[in-house]
Amino acid sequence: MASDRIFGAVVTLVALAYVASAMQIQTSFMADPVGPRTFPILIGCVAALCGMIVAVKPDPDPEWPVLATFGSLALAVVVLVGYAYALKPLGFLIPTAITASILSYQIEPRAGRAVLAGVGLSIGLFLIFKFALGLGLVPFPKSLTG
Amino acid sequence: MELFSNLAIGFDIALSPYTLMLAVIGCFIGTIIGALPGLGPSNGVAILIPLTFTMGLDATSALVLMTSVYYGAMYGGRISSILLNIPGDEPALMTTLDGYPMAKAGRAGDALVLSGVASFVGAFLATVGLMLLAPMLAQVAFLFGPAEYFALYLLAFATLGGMASNNQAKAAIASCIGLGIAMIGVDNNSGLPRLTGGNMHLFDGIDFLVAIVGLFAIAEVFFFIESHGKNTSIGVKLEKVTIPVKDIMASGWTMLRSSVVGFIAGVLPGAGASLGSFLAYMSEKSIAGEKGGFGTGVPRGIAAPEAGNNAAAGGALVPMLTLGVPGSGTTAVLLALLMTLNITPGPMLFTERPEVVWGLIASLLIANFVLLLMNVPMVKIFVKVLSVPPWVLLPGVTMISFVGIYSLSGSYFDLLLMVGFGVLGYVLRKLDVPTVPIILGILLGGHMEDALRRAMVLSNGDWTFLFSSGISITLWIIAVVGFVAPMFLRNILKKPQRITD
Repeated sequence: MASDRIFGAVVTLVALAYVASAMQIQTSFMADPVGPRTFPILIGCVAALCGMIVAVKPDPDPEWPVLATFGSLALAVVVLVGYAYALKPLGFLIPTAITASILSYQIEPRAGRAVLAGVGLSIGLFLIFKFALGLGLVPFPKSLTG
Repeated sequence: MELFSNLAIGFDIALSPYTLMLAVIGCFIGTIIGALPGLGPSNGVAILIPLTFTMGLDATSALVLMTSVYYGAMYGGRISSILLNIPGDEPALMTTLDGYPMAKAGRAGDALVLSGVASFVGAFLATVGLMLLAPMLAQVAFLFGPAEYFALYLLAFATLGGMASNNQAKAAIASCIGLGIAMIGVDNNSGLPRLTGGNMHLFDGIDFLVAIVGLFAIAEVFFFIESHGKNTSIGVKLEKVTIPVKDIMASGWTMLRSSVVGFIAGVLPGAGASLGSFLAYMSEKSIAGEKGGFGTGVPRGIAAPEAGNNAAAGGALVPMLTLGVPGSGTTAVLLALLMTLNITPGPMLFTERPEVVWGLIASLLIANFVLLLMNVPMVKIFVKVLSVPPWVLLPGVTMISFVGIYSLSGSYFDLLLMVGFGVLGYVLRKLDVPTVPIILGILLGGHMEDALRRAMVLSNGDWTFLFSSGISITLWIIAVVGFVAPMFLRNILKKPQRITD
C-alpha cells in the first residue's frame, strides 16, 4: 500500500514539474497550430492524473529486499557509475576485471571464483570485441603504453 | 504471381553464403539467449544491437542476423521452461505448466522434441501468414494520413497497457514516461531545444538504445544481486533424446489451431507473444475439457503454448513492418534496430526497399528450418548452456552492455544514463509497472507528436479532424475498448499461476 502511495505521489509531482518546464519551452515565429508545448503538457497532465489514481487506489506492497540487500544494490550502482567514468581514461582491461569481479561476488559471495570470473571475462571479452568484432577498444591506460 | 517473384528476390539475397552464415549464427546465438534463464529475447536482442551497429553490417544483413536471433530466442525459451521450470522469457511461462511435469515424469527428451516441432509449425505458419498478410496491410496503410497514424499510435499504447499489465493506471504512467523522455532534445519543427535543462549532452535527445539496454539488461543484473542467483534450481536431467512420433501426430491439430490463435494475437498491436501462448493454451484446454488432463504433463499442453508463442512472434512482425507499430516488447526492440539502420518501417518500405522486406522473409523461412535442425538433434548442446552459472553470466551481460553503448557514442554520459535506466527499471518492475510501454513511448513519441502536429496543420487547428475518417474512428474505438475491456475481463480470464514444487 505505502509503496504505491509514495510512487503515485512522486509521479504526480514529477509530472507537474514536467508540465511546468514544458510551459517554458520557447516557441519560434514559425509556430504551427499545435506548437512545441502542447504535446509535452498533454503527456504531463495524463501522467499526473494516473499518478493520483495510483496514490488513491494502491496495489498491495511488493516484497522489498532487506536492508543489507539494499546496501549491496547501492554498492552495485556505485561500482557501475565508477566503471562508466573509468572506462575511457583507464582502458578496458583493468576496470572491467574489477567491476566484473565485484558484481560476480555480489551474486554469489565466493571471493576466489569471483576474481577468476572477473579476470576471465575481462580478457575473454576483450579478445572477442577486439579481434572477432573489430571494435576499437583501448586495453590499457594511454599513459602506460605511451 | 507477384508473391513468387518477390520471394524469388528474397531467396536470391537470403541464399547468398554470407547471409546464410549470418542466419545460422543468429539462430545459434538466439537459441542460447533464449535458453539462458534471465536473458529473454528482449534483453538479448537489445544488448546485441549496439554491437551489430558498430560492426558496420549493411541493413539487410543486420536485419537478417537480428531477426534470426529473435526467432532463435523464441525457440530457446522452452528449454529452461521444461528442464528447470524457469521460463527463459515471459511467453514461455505457459510451457512450464505441462512441460515441467512431463520432464519430471522422465520424458524430458520427448518434451523438448515435441515443443521444438510445435515451435517450428507455429513459426513456419506465421511466416507464411506474414508473407500473405503484410503486403495487403501495406496497401491499406497507404490510406493512412497523420490523423489515422495518431490514432494508431494511441491504440498501440492502449492495447499494450490494457492487455499486458495488471494495472491500467501504471501502464499509462509507463507510456507517459516513455513519451516524456522522447520529447527531450531539439524540436524538429522549431529547431529549439526542449526540456534539456541546459545540459549539452541532452540536446540530441536520449538514445533509445541506452534506455532499452538499461531497462532490460542492467535492471536484470540488479534482480540477480537481490536474489543472489537463488532462482536457479537444479532441475531435471536429460537422458536420451528420441522422437516421440505418436505424440507429435496426436497433437497435430492442436499445433495448427494454436498457430492460428497465436498469429492473430501477434498481429494485434501491443498484444504480443505472451497473449498468443496464453490464448492458445487456454483454448486447447477448454477444447480438451476435464479429461484432457492439462497441467499434468500432456503432449498437447506443450504443443499448444509453443506453437502459439512462435506464431505470435511471427505475427508481431506484420504491424511492425507495415505500420511501424510493434506488437510486443521484442518487436519494439527490433523497431529500434530498424531505426538505428535508418530504415523507416511502413507501407513505403514494401515498394521502395523490397529487397529488405523479402530478404528478411526468406531468411525467416530458412532460419526456421535451421532452428528445427538445431533444436531437435542438437538440443543436448543447448542444454549444456543452462549450466553456465549466474555469477559468470550476469557480469558478462553487464560488460557487453557497457561496451555496446560505449562504442556507440564513446561518451561516459550515455553509460551513466544507462545505469540510471537500470535503477529505474528495477524500481518500476518491483512496483509492477510494465517497462515495455516506456520503450514504445521513447521509440514512437517523436512520430506520435509529429502526426498530431501535421494533422493540425492540415486542418488548421481543428481538433475534430482527428475523428474525421472511418479508419481513425475505428482505431479510436478499438483503442478505448482495448484499454478498458481488460479491467472487466481480468476476473474472468485469470492467468494460471506457476506450479511450484
